[in-house]
Amino acid sequence: MSAEHPVAAVPGDQTRIHNIGYRTYDGPRLGRSYATRSLYSQSLRGAYGLGRSVKSKVLPMLLFVVMCVPAAIMVAVAVATKAKELPVDYTRYAIIMQAVISLYVASQAPQSVSRDLRFKTVPLYFSRPIETADYVRAKYAALASALFVLTAAPLLVLYVGALLAKLDFTDQTEGFGQGLVSVALLSLLFAGIGLVIASVTPRRGFGIAAVIAVLTISYGAVSTLQAIADAQNSTGAIPWIGLFSPVTLIDGVQSAFLGATSAFPGAVGPTHGEGAVYVLVVLGLIAACYGLLLRRYRKVGL
Amino acid sequence: MVHVTTVDHVTVIATESLSKRFPRVTALDRLSVDIGAGVTGLVGANGAGKSTLIKILLGLSPASEGRAEVLGLDVATRGATIRERVGYMPEHDCLPPDVSATEFVVHMARMSGLPPAAARERTADTLRHVGLYEERYRPIGGYSTGMKQRVKLAQALVHDPQLVFLDEPTNGLDPVGRDDMLALIRRIHTDFGISVLVTSHLLGELERTCDHVVVVDGGKLLRSSSTTDFTQTTTTLAVEVTDTDDHPDGTRALREALHARGMTVEDGGGLPGAGHILLLTAQGEDTYDLVRDVVADLGLGLVRMEQRRHHISEVFRSSDEERKEAAGHVS
Repeated sequence: MSAEHPVAAVPGDQTRIHNIGYRTYDGPRLGRSYATRSLYSQSLRGAYGLGRSVKSKVLPMLLFVVMCVPAAIMVAVAVATKAKELPVDYTRYAIIMQAVISLYVASQAPQSVSRDLRFKTVPLYFSRPIETADYVRAKYAALASALFVLTAAPLLVLYVGALLAKLDFTDQTEGFGQGLVSVALLSLLFAGIGLVIASVTPRRGFGIAAVIAVLTISYGAVSTLQAIADAQNSTGAIPWIGLFSPVTLIDGVQSAFLGATSAFPGAVGPTHGEGAVYVLVVLGLIAACYGLLLRRYRKVGL
Repeated sequence: MVHVTTVDHVTVIATESLSKRFPRVTALDRLSVDIGAGVTGLVGANGAGKSTLIKILLGLSPASEGRAEVLGLDVATRGATIRERVGYMPEHDCLPPDVSATEFVVHMARMSGLPPAAARERTADTLRHVGLYEERYRPIGGYSTGMKQRVKLAQALVHDPQLVFLDEPTNGLDPVGRDDMLALIRRIHTDFGISVLVTSHLLGELERTCDHVVVVDGGKLLRSSSTTDFTQTTTTLAVEVTDTDDHPDGTRALREALHARGMTVEDGGGLPGAGHILLLTAQGEDTYDLVRDVVADLGLGLVRMEQRRHHISEVFRSSDEERKEAAGHVS
């Protein structure tokens, strides 16, 4: 007991020494748009575990490396063998790596929104100048940007590698540009779907499982149906079936408009007319996700 | 009967027949109240409409009827401006466990519009003022309830607001933690110059901290007065004495002796061990002296003499009594 007393006295002493009185703040208050930007950058950094614990950096960083390594190997092979073109199209890369992208969305979408719901941090945001829409926009933009970084980085590796291998500059630049447009669409679509699902549950585990289920099961079901349609020679149905999973949607858009070869069975992509439907569905889905998120958070309040 | 008692001439919060109706319940019913600078307690049972009022005052929920102003700004149209100048500490847990207090409060400061450098500086200052030192670099998950309450308070103060809303800040704290928190709340006004609206369902603890107390029940204003008025009329004294050989039932002896001197004395009610506790209304300093003298004369041992923490129900009772009294006496 007696040994405890001096220890207990220490905090009191510190209070006296450090207490230099309260200082008011007269500096600038930067308001709503600054707060929204701060939330955006915090969420974007958080999507790669920056500013968070070491443990939470592992998965996103690992997935980032996994995304980029195949691109680096392809480039190395192309340079070494003096190939005339890259082994994969820019537009095809994300489709090949879709499992990694889905895993990233599944792990980071709940991280971004479920935590705020679970630990009830949301009311603290809404008791500040930002509005519901600002919160949704910041979170959506942050996850979409994180996904864009994840999907565009390997394309950049391919592009730089292609230029080093002295492949045709115009061809490569055009392909790279098309690839960027495609992954930008993919990022917006995947981020929207991931956030809508994650924002429904405060439980992170459920969020992860649900996002993986929606992204992979829909792709599995759609490609199986397409394969069946192909086997039964009803090739006309293939593009329409493709409208029902996020990955095949992106595949359809880029094979119709971005010069990609389709990953659909028989490599038959949608025609321009069908492609227009694809674009409308993708844009519609992105808008719907945004709308659903707004509705979701309007209810949360304090 | 006129009940308007302003602590200061500055009105910080003003509501005018403010009502909030939900499909099934009326959360606020034509509430009109003027709250000045200083520490104001908002007392009411759970579901009395305290949280609804705070939501409306933050401009987050539109009122069904009536109007309200915070810092002279209309809540219906200037919500964002109000939220920039006001701090809010929620009743429930709101802290992520895996970040440190410093990181969290810095982030919240930036969400209030403070530039990055100012956010860091204000965070260090504010955490020190609420009494968090080295532990502020550790993840919040490992904090005690008292420390978490301090972090919640810090995030409400970090942007140096003109007014803070504290929703049940003493919830879940032990008696010592409660007293620390109440002292801190007092300092928010006296040392930091920030006005405070603090809610509680315990009137007793607010009496000692607040300049002004507003009591709501069922969304209606029950009473609004300065705490000096309050303590004069409603301080209840709990007295417990020992038995002696001369007085085998000391409690009864004391009750009779006090009765003889014209004091109204009640039993402790249904509380455990209440058989030995006498409750009496303190009219002022004299009452304490009287009890002391009577106990000494009887030769009893005084076990305790303390101010009772009122429960909200006592306010209802005493305000009823007061009304009768006011009707009886013409003052």
